Amino acid sequence: MSRMRNFSLFVTTLFLLTFVGNQGCTRKEPNTLTLTGSTTVLPISQMAAEAFMELHPKVNISVQGGGSGVGIAALIDQTADIANASRPINTKEIARCREKGIDPVGNLIAQDGIAIVVHTSNPIEELSLEQLKAIYTGEISKWSDLGGEVKPIVVVSRDVASGTFEVFKEKVLKGSKTREDALMLASNKAVATTVSETPYAIGYVGIAYLSSEVKALKIDGVEPANETVTSGKYEVARPLYMYTNGKPKGLAKEFIDFIMSREGQKIVEEVGFVPVK
Amino acid sequence: MKKNLIERLLPIIASLTWAFLFGIMLILFTEGTPVVRFVSPVRFIFGLHWYPVHDPPEFGILPLILGSLMVTGGAILVALPLGVGCAVYIAELAHPRAREIIKPLTEMLAGVPSIIYGFFGMVFLAPIIRRMFDLPTGLTGGTAAIILGIMALPTVASIAEDSISSVPRHLREASYALGANQWETITRTVIPAARSGILTAVILGIGRAIGETMTVLMVAGGSAVIPHQFFTPVRPMTSTIAAEMGEAPMGGMHYHALFAIGLVLFFITLSLSLVAEWVKER
Repeated sequence: MSRMRNFSLFVTTLFLLTFVGNQGCTRKEPNTLTLTGSTTVLPISQMAAEAFMELHPKVNISVQGGGSGVGIAALIDQTADIANASRPINTKEIARCREKGIDPVGNLIAQDGIAIVVHTSNPIEELSLEQLKAIYTGEISKWSDLGGEVKPIVVVSRDVASGTFEVFKEKVLKGSKTREDALMLASNKAVATTVSETPYAIGYVGIAYLSSEVKALKIDGVEPANETVTSGKYEVARPLYMYTNGKPKGLAKEFIDFIMSREGQKIVEEVGFVPVK
Repeated sequence: MKKNLIERLLPIIASLTWAFLFGIMLILFTEGTPVVRFVSPVRFIFGLHWYPVHDPPEFGILPLILGSLMVTGGAILVALPLGVGCAVYIAELAHPRAREIIKPLTEMLAGVPSIIYGFFGMVFLAPIIRRMFDLPTGLTGGTAAIILGIMALPTVASIAEDSISSVPRHLREASYALGANQWETITRTVIPAARSGILTAVILGIGRAIGETMTVLMVAGGSAVIPHQFFTPVRPMTSTIAAEMGEAPMGGMHYHALFAIGLVLFFITLSLSLVAEWVKER
């Protein structure tokens, strides 16, 4: 029996040791930075954090998702140094910041631009925002209504959980429902592949996912491109922010400066967004 | 002493299975049942519209349930003849050397990751289906059913083969003695004698197909509509959960609704397993 007791003593010791070890790690140190918020911004912060930690091996950056609202709440509670947001902070949140003495400052790090794509054989070149909305709600269901062939439009959408859908919902649908029989696909790549293989399809993808396999449409006469998104002319786009308490300082400033650097903005483009510099 | 310790540990490890099952059920119940706060169970299960992030949201999962059932039913229509045919060939007809090659090959089919099947379906099969039936899109429940049928094939074939091989030799000999040829012996004696095993194979194949996620997410098209024909886009329960769980705010209506779908799915697969056990014992 004594060996059994030794064994359990050993396990208990191990357990206690891990516990103590953990305690040490979670203690707030000057070399740690916590980012919480929008899952749309998540890939940017994740990639940037990895690159930044490679340059500064002593720094530890933790990145979490949860959504823009969760991020701003974490900034208010001071459990995060930076709140990632895929929308500007709203008045309710600003009021709560005031109560807690937080001064939220938005740092624009990228734009999320969405291109409307059709099959390369489609003669249509441009649509208005109203026409686009009518296609997705089902009011217009044939290409002939838009000057194309007498064929049903195959509407391709993204899953309702995606940031891409969120932009589309906000800028195009404006409160209306997508037609029920729209295809709901799980990734930008899946939409691009499906549209490239389906002659009468229409879909939407992040601008970085455009290729010669699909044809991007002008919206209200504006071509989807990094320049038109940055200048604000192209409408199906939204800004991505990193919010800090007051002007960024210390490690947070170094990190945001890194994202705004040439290397950081290259990461922004690599993960599918429009750089702002 | 050492043996004693291990012997003591083994029942604990075995009971972990129960702990996991119980834990999963507990989580599904505690996270899934709050959905009744927003929508009545009847409206949830028989509702026709699934608009989880619209304002106001609608949580009706009948199109999702029917999507799952249609895809699974179609998969079994593909897997049953192929699987039983394969099993009969391996167990009764194949030359021992051919059997040594074919059997492991069938089992390797089970080892192909589902994302590969999904990719194959999306890039290769969907365009063929679209052209063949002159459809607007090839991403349909029927396309997913064909792929799932191929995926369920190894399950059906190997269990059916086991039960065909275990049909006693004297039954076959009696059949031959009565003047039946090989074909008559297989169709009139061996397959009827193995039918409970074949039924188990089918039920486990259904379980395999209804729980499959990645492939249907990529191939079924994802429209939350009541399927009105075989080659029409559908949105099965599994792909709904997989596609939407990542972004559903924790503790919100959408989150609980997705867990409730998980609960419905869990009950379907649980009853399938129970039926399979019951059939096996008979």
